[in-house]
Amino acid sequence: MTDIFTTLASYLERSFVQNAIIVGVLIALCSSLLGVTLVLKRYSFIGDGLSHVAFGAMAIAAVIGLTDDMPLTLAITVVCAVLLLRMGKNAKIKGDAAIAVISVGSLAIGYLLMNLFSTSSNISGDVCSTLFGSTSILTLSSFDVWMCVILSVIVVLFFVLFYNRIFSVTFDENFAKATGQRAGLYNLLIAIVIAVIIVVSMQLVGSLLISALVIFPALSAMRVFKSFKSVTICSAIISVICALTGLLISILAGTPVGSTIVGVDIVVFIIFLIIGKITGGKKA
Amino acid sequence: MSQIKCKNLTLGYGSQEILSGLSFEVNRGDYLCIVGSNGSGKTTLMKTVLGLTKPLGGSIEFSDGLSASGIGYLPQQTDVQRDFPASVYEIVISGCLGRGGFHPFYTKADKALAAQAMERMDIKGLKNSCYRELSGGQQQRVLLARALCATRDILLLDEPVAGLDPKVTADMYALIDSLNKNDGVTVIMISHDVDKALRYASHILHIGTDIFFGTRAEYEVFKANRNGG
Repeated sequence: MTDIFTTLASYLERSFVQNAIIVGVLIALCSSLLGVTLVLKRYSFIGDGLSHVAFGAMAIAAVIGLTDDMPLTLAITVVCAVLLLRMGKNAKIKGDAAIAVISVGSLAIGYLLMNLFSTSSNISGDVCSTLFGSTSILTLSSFDVWMCVILSVIVVLFFVLFYNRIFSVTFDENFAKATGQRAGLYNLLIAIVIAVIIVVSMQLVGSLLISALVIFPALSAMRVFKSFKSVTICSAIISVICALTGLLISILAGTPVGSTIVGVDIVVFIIFLIIGKITGGKKA
Repeated sequence: MSQIKCKNLTLGYGSQEILSGLSFEVNRGDYLCIVGSNGSGKTTLMKTVLGLTKPLGGSIEFSDGLSASGIGYLPQQTDVQRDFPASVYEIVISGCLGRGGFHPFYTKADKALAAQAMERMDIKGLKNSCYRELSGGQQQRVLLARALCATRDILLLDEPVAGLDPKVTADMYALIDSLNKNDGVTVIMISHDVDKALRYASHILHIGTDIFFGTRAEYEVFKANRNGG
C-alpha cells in the first residue's frame, strides 16, 4: 500500500502529470456543466456527432500541415454545431438523421484523409489516439494547458452568467420565446459552448469517448437529485472526481486515460442508479 | 380598449393552410374561450398570437400597453418536462426572465414576484418540491404561477385541464375564473369542453369549418341555429 503512495507521490512531482491533472479536472468540470442541459433537451447525440466532426477537422488540420490543430478544429466544430442546431428545427432531414449524416460523414472523411496524406509511419496509431485519447494528455505543451485554462474559464463564466436562462430555455423553450426571452440566441450560445467543450475534451478522452464525459455525470446526478441546481452541482462534482480517479488509476496501472475515466463514470452511474432506486422506492 | 386585434388571419405551417379569414379582438378583462374540434388549428392560433409561428396572412396588433412579449403562457406539457429535475421555485421564478434587461441573476423584485405568484396559486408549501413528483393539478398551478411572473395582463392557456380528474378540473376552472374576475387578468383559453367554456367565458371563438366570434349569449344562438338548421 505504501508502495502505491510513494509511486504516486513521485509521479505527482513531475510537471507533465501536474499538467494532465489540471487539464483533466477543468475538462471534466466544463463538460459536466452543459451535460444536464444536453440530456434534458434530448441533445445527447449532438455531442456525439460534434466529436466526430472534430475528428474530421483534426485530420484536415494534419493534412494541411498545421502544427497546432486546435484553432481550425474549433472553428469547424463551432460551425457544425450551429448548423446542426438550425437543421434540427425545420429541415427536410430531421435532427437525429442529420446528426448521423454529419458524424459518420466526417468520421469517414477524416480517416480517409489521414490515410491518403499522412506522413506519419504509424497511421493506425495516430487514428487510435485521436479516437480514444490514449496518452496525448501526458504530452501536453504549456500552450495546450493555457488554451485549456482560458477556454474553461470562458465556459464556466458563460454558464454562471447564463445559468437562469439556460434553465428556462431547457425547461420550456416555447414559454421562453413567448415571454420575450431570446431563446434562439441562448440556444446558439449553448451550441457554440458545447463545440468548444468537445474540442477541448478531445485531448483528454479522444473523440469517441467525449459523449460519455458529457452525459454520464448528468445522468448519475439526475437519478438522485431533484432540483436543477443540485443536479448541476452534483454532476460537476461527480465529473471532477471521476476524472481525477480515472487519471490516477491510469497513471498507476498504465491503462489508457480516456477509457479509464469513462469506466469510473460508468461505475459511479451504476451506484447512483441503485441509490436512486432505493430512495425513490421509499417515497412512493 | 382592445389588447389584441387579429384581422383576417390565415394560419398554417409552411405552405399548408389550416384556417383562413379569422378576425377577432380581445379587450382587457375578457375571458375568451377558443373551441373547435381536434386539428382545427386551436394551438396553431395560440402559437401565432404568441409569435412562435408566423401567420401566413393577415395581421395581429397589440395595444393598450401590451406587447407580444407581455403575454403569460400556459403551454401543454411536453415529455421533457414530465421528467425534468427542477424544484417548484426554480420553475416559477424563471417566468421573470422575460421582464426586460439582462440581469444574470434574479433580483429582489423577481423573488418577491415569484413568492407572490406561489401564494396566489396556493403552492407556497411546495416551494422546494420536485416538479416531476407533483400531481397533474399541482404541476398546472406551478406553470400558472410561472405565467403570472411573466405578466399580470393577459394569460394564454392551452388546455389547462387536460388529463386532470373532475375535482381538480373544477378547482382549476375556479382558479382561472378568479384570476379573471378578481385580479382583472385577461384570459384566452383553449378548451375541449364546450359546456365548461360556456359557463365561465365572456366571449367564444369557434374555429373549424364555420368560424364564429362573439359573446357567450350570441354563441348560444349560433349553436341553436346550427343544430336546428
